[in-house]
Amino acid sequence: MVNKHVNAIVVGAGAGGGIVAKELSVAGLSVVLFERGGWATYDDSDTDELRSQRTTVLGNGYGPDDLHYKRVVVNNDGTTTTVLPSEGSYNNIAACVGSGTVSYGAMAWRFMQEDFKLKTTYGSIEGSTLEDWPLTYEDLESCYEKAEWEIGVAGDATQNPFGAPRKKPYPMPPFSHNREAKLMVDAAKRLGYHPFPIPMLRNSIPYHGRPACIRMRTCCGFACPVNAKCGTHNTVIPIAIGSGNCELRINSVVSEILVNDQGKITGVTYFDEKNNKQNQTADLVVISASATETARLLLNSKSKFFPKGIGNENDWVGRNLQGHAYTGAYGIFEEEVYDDFGPGASVAISDFNHHNPGIMGGGVLCNEFIRMPYLFTGVRPPGAARWGKEHKTFQRLNFKRVAQAVGPYQEIPKFESRVEVDPTVKDFRGIPVVRLSGTRHEKDIEGCRFMSEKAELWLKEAGAVHTWQSVGGGKGISGGQHQAGTCRMGNDPKTSVTDKYGRIHAVPNLFVADGSLNVSNGGFNPVLTIMALGFRVGGYIAGEWLKGNRFK
Amino acid sequence: MDKPTKLTRRRFIALSVLSAGGTCLLSRCANQALSPWRFITVGESNLLDALVEQIIPTDDWPGGRDAGVTNFIDRQLAGAYSRYQETYRKGLLAIQETCTAKFHKRFEEFSFEEQTQFLKIMEGGKMEGRQWGDGFDRYFFRLIRDHSMQGFYGSPRHGGNKDNISYKMMKLDYPVIIGQNRYILKSDGK
Repeated sequence: MVNKHVNAIVVGAGAGGGIVAKELSVAGLSVVLFERGGWATYDDSDTDELRSQRTTVLGNGYGPDDLHYKRVVVNNDGTTTTVLPSEGSYNNIAACVGSGTVSYGAMAWRFMQEDFKLKTTYGSIEGSTLEDWPLTYEDLESCYEKAEWEIGVAGDATQNPFGAPRKKPYPMPPFSHNREAKLMVDAAKRLGYHPFPIPMLRNSIPYHGRPACIRMRTCCGFACPVNAKCGTHNTVIPIAIGSGNCELRINSVVSEILVNDQGKITGVTYFDEKNNKQNQTADLVVISASATETARLLLNSKSKFFPKGIGNENDWVGRNLQGHAYTGAYGIFEEEVYDDFGPGASVAISDFNHHNPGIMGGGVLCNEFIRMPYLFTGVRPPGAARWGKEHKTFQRLNFKRVAQAVGPYQEIPKFESRVEVDPTVKDFRGIPVVRLSGTRHEKDIEGCRFMSEKAELWLKEAGAVHTWQSVGGGKGISGGQHQAGTCRMGNDPKTSVTDKYGRIHAVPNLFVADGSLNVSNGGFNPVLTIMALGFRVGGYIAGEWLKGNRFK
Repeated sequence: MDKPTKLTRRRFIALSVLSAGGTCLLSRCANQALSPWRFITVGESNLLDALVEQIIPTDDWPGGRDAGVTNFIDRQLAGAYSRYQETYRKGLLAIQETCTAKFHKRFEEFSFEEQTQFLKIMEGGKMEGRQWGDGFDRYFFRLIRDHSMQGFYGSPRHGGNKDNISYKMMKLDYPVIIGQNRYILKSDGK
């Protein structure tokens, strides 16, 4: 059976791809949206910490599974290790409809104006490919607004004096604070900082036909039992399907981009639900498979026209892999600060996002999502017992007395941090796997130390009697759920992979729409920016299509 | 005969029927024939009981042994952690060999304090003997520690944390009552 030709293929039903599929299908294009996973529901994993998106030791409740996937990691000493999706060094992103937006913590950050102009703001940094984006915050502002209103964000931007200028407020009011967050709001004010409620992709009031949040402690890392968390799976993807123009093909793994004998992109090859290889042709293809998997797909699509993989003439595909160095501090309080009012994180300070002395960038600091019992077994001050009676006593006495201030430090991009395709190792379906290598920039740790000192100070002011820092930014590969940067946007085809609309340079009908595009990754969780880029790329394609452009 | 690691549970039972009436001279074989476990032998389960009790000891609250952590580890070794089967077989044997070679006793026959001392040496990577080479002592200790914590503090659906005991100890209601989580606990938690 031959699949019917469509106008557009979108690879990956996550934060970027779900939005592109909706933008294209409501504009009248026929779309096939591929997703390697299936629908994830609350009932599959409920509150099971050991299979949650944060602690995947017994498997990824939201995919991918250990049977069908693996990766190769290049260690600091040059040796390689083959790793499974349930292992941390795999740098997993969820494989299900909605991807990470089903189980994320759902912080909804806009990057700041400086984040799009790091080179202009900070100058060149040795050993870094630091660069300005080919677009400004103002170019993306209307797309941020669409993401906030169409997916749904609760917050109050007026309380954050450092936030970038905006035209519209958030559609929903902010969340109230729990006991811990209240202490930290007051402390931040006493220190002269500017605390404000974290904007969240989560319903604080009924919105778009779904109910308000019920404040469970199992939120970050889990699906929502009442559908109050806003992802692409319960907003734009149902709209795309409802348009009648979009077919969602789940459990289907795209393995290669099809190139015809004139060197034109004509569609994709994929493995269907029964692992049969099939072709799907289309007028254009959009890849939204995450920073690692998008790069893998481009690099695995070799032909006489693209001997090094598509878009890789100058060896830039897969380069500049970055995530976030998480850095902060812990504090133990005399009284219990835990009141079982989830999901935990609700207060932020953006005082240290930019213009810190001697440091490139910075990051937002927040109180943290509620730590689950097993995760908490690793939370101990330096020198404290890691097992035995003392460890157990700490767990019993302090689980409800510990608070954390932490945030994503903006990493300095490095050309050597990269995604390649492994020359020998293949996955279950015979597709060459991702090979990850590189280390963070050596200056990242300085910025992390600075941030952790501020976090510790904040906790002390809030009343913590014993505090310690957890400094991120150490050696090793950084990607994780915030992975970005591997198909950088730029105006110069020699030093970037796509143009400012996400189109692969010199390929008229192939686009990227996910975190791969990020030139730098902000001092914030990147999902709202990925969504905004989805609206930008999808909106551009739809607009051109309606003008008669067929991207030939 | 196949290597013990290749035997399925069903074959254990089949073999046990055969060997009960016949000759089974190997003590290991007899052990496995009677083993109620999925992967580990009865001997290994006695050792694991002692190890998980060291990682999470009994105090006012039950410890790793009574919370079913051994059951958790056995169950995962036959499932999600099947890739660690060889490591466990090798590591548990190395612990017993070290104990018997030096002191002519099995690990579980030492006093609680002696066991703790043994594990501290293992944790510090200071074990002697070639079976502990290449940092295997430190690695295997960490594995047991992490798996014990998972068994004790993870969801009971995986075979440990019997009766939600660790959640009760931490004053957390389980299973989470959806929509009923908005009460304020007093600071003493009662």
